[in-house]
Amino acid sequence: MNVSKDIKQGEVLLEIDQIQMFFGKVCALNGVSTKIKKGEIHSVIGPNGAGKTVMLNCISGLYHPQKGNVYYKGEKINGMSPHNRAELGIARTFQKVEVFGGMTVLDNIRLGRHIHYKSGIMSGSLYMGKTAKEEIEHRKFIEEGIIDLLEIEHIRHKPVGMLPYGLQKRVELGRAIALEPELLLLDEPLAGLNLEEVEDMARFILDVNQDEKWKVTCILVEHDMGVVMDLSDNVFVLNFGNMIVDGSPEEVQGNPEVVKAYLGEEDLYATRR
Amino acid sequence: MELFFMTLTTGIMVGGIYALIALGWVLIYKCSGALNLAMGELTLIGAYISLSFYSMGVPFILSLALSLVIGFILGILTERIFLDRLIGEPVLTVIMVTVGLSFFFKGIVELIWSTDTKVFDPPVFSLEPVRFGPIIVGQIYLWSFLAAMVLLVIFVCFFKYTRWGLAMQATADDEMAALSIGISARFVYAAAWAIAFMAAGVGGTLLGNINGLNISVGYLGLLVLPAVVLGGLNSVPGAIVGGIAIGVMQNFCGAYLDQYFPGGVKEIAPFAFMAVFLLFKPHGLWGWERIERV
Repeated sequence: MNVSKDIKQGEVLLEIDQIQMFFGKVCALNGVSTKIKKGEIHSVIGPNGAGKTVMLNCISGLYHPQKGNVYYKGEKINGMSPHNRAELGIARTFQKVEVFGGMTVLDNIRLGRHIHYKSGIMSGSLYMGKTAKEEIEHRKFIEEGIIDLLEIEHIRHKPVGMLPYGLQKRVELGRAIALEPELLLLDEPLAGLNLEEVEDMARFILDVNQDEKWKVTCILVEHDMGVVMDLSDNVFVLNFGNMIVDGSPEEVQGNPEVVKAYLGEEDLYATRR
Repeated sequence: MELFFMTLTTGIMVGGIYALIALGWVLIYKCSGALNLAMGELTLIGAYISLSFYSMGVPFILSLALSLVIGFILGILTERIFLDRLIGEPVLTVIMVTVGLSFFFKGIVELIWSTDTKVFDPPVFSLEPVRFGPIIVGQIYLWSFLAAMVLLVIFVCFFKYTRWGLAMQATADDEMAALSIGISARFVYAAAWAIAFMAAGVGGTLLGNINGLNISVGYLGLLVLPAVVLGGLNSVPGAIVGGIAIGVMQNFCGAYLDQYFPGGVKEIAPFAFMAVFLLFKPHGLWGWERIERV
């Protein structure tokens, strides 16, 4: 499959076409469609149980929708397994952090480079010429690119399981961007963080999205309306598996149906602001 | 004193073989979190395969290599046929399947090679013992130990210095996260089973050279379990130290305690020791302690 082709800024990177996902008789996604353009931050919001994470899982390949198609760079990727999609450049983080708790921060991030290691088993075991050179390059990338960006120098050699939740989320983001993805799926990156951590994380997401070096397109599932409206280029609203609206933050905020379904109780919206 | 040193040496040498089999346990535990209770039968199969080739007149080294190749293939087949569809299922299910596999393999072995004790004939290793000063060691022990050590070093390098080693650990730790960074869990599981099969095969062949080969060599695979638990279920160095410790302990019990408690102290001692040891170090020597922050 030829998906290594370049997509220019503003062109469609990922398209979801009428996907349907049932769990038994429960309809989690009911014919949802959207287009994600390269370079944007596209948020997915909706009440709990609306199907946001299911949608992310359909994109990352953990779930395979019963109906509908997922296109990445114009190619259908429906049947592809998650690890193959990672190789295409789709990285993700998880709602409940999924880090390798027993390993150090550095090892976690280094594992994110997995798909970029080329050396085989033999030369790897012997750590000969090419492998050593490769390793040094990856090190440099991780140290300068990721550790510095995420400000986690001081915890490099700590086992991730020992770290506070906020830092674990940061490591998880670090591991995801170590893939040098084109598309990054962020599943509630701000949930459970304190105010300061929320600000940091929002800044990292913006960096990853806008910095010349990264330019990663992001799909962001998040409940924090303030951050969502500030960061997003487009917002996609789900409710009980149905799409309500897909448009700019202003459009979404002005849409009466959205207000009713989610932002609904105005005081709730006010408290999150 | 001479008896002491000789028992010690033999213990260490046999322990080297145990370490090799222990590695198989660790591998599968490391990547899937399940105990492979069919490990003893993997040992048997590998041993019988190399024995068959050897009896056909193939040189020993070559038959060992052939058993490695066949072990590799069998490992992948086993994983693909029986365990692939269990990815994501509870660990207990996987363990129960390995119990089933153990009976299945045992049945197959009896069917193909019958239950009589078979020996490597003519003997592979010269019966002439080697002397290190006062200590006398059978050649077979010495060579087995060396072979086991060479293989162990290769495996340890594989884990420490290749990305696949790290990938295996990652898959065990968090399969979903491993998938999300492009590690194929299926590949990792298949590789683990292939390597476990190969390690067990070499271990079995060496053990078969020492005592002759019959179905009871399979129980030695289970005897290695204390070694694995002792070292910490997911630690490769732990498996090596554990294997040697169990080998030494077994030989000492045989040499010194058997006269007072005749009949099988040798076999029980490792398990008794394991039970007591775990009271004090529930994660084994170098096992991961699950870190949890609240």
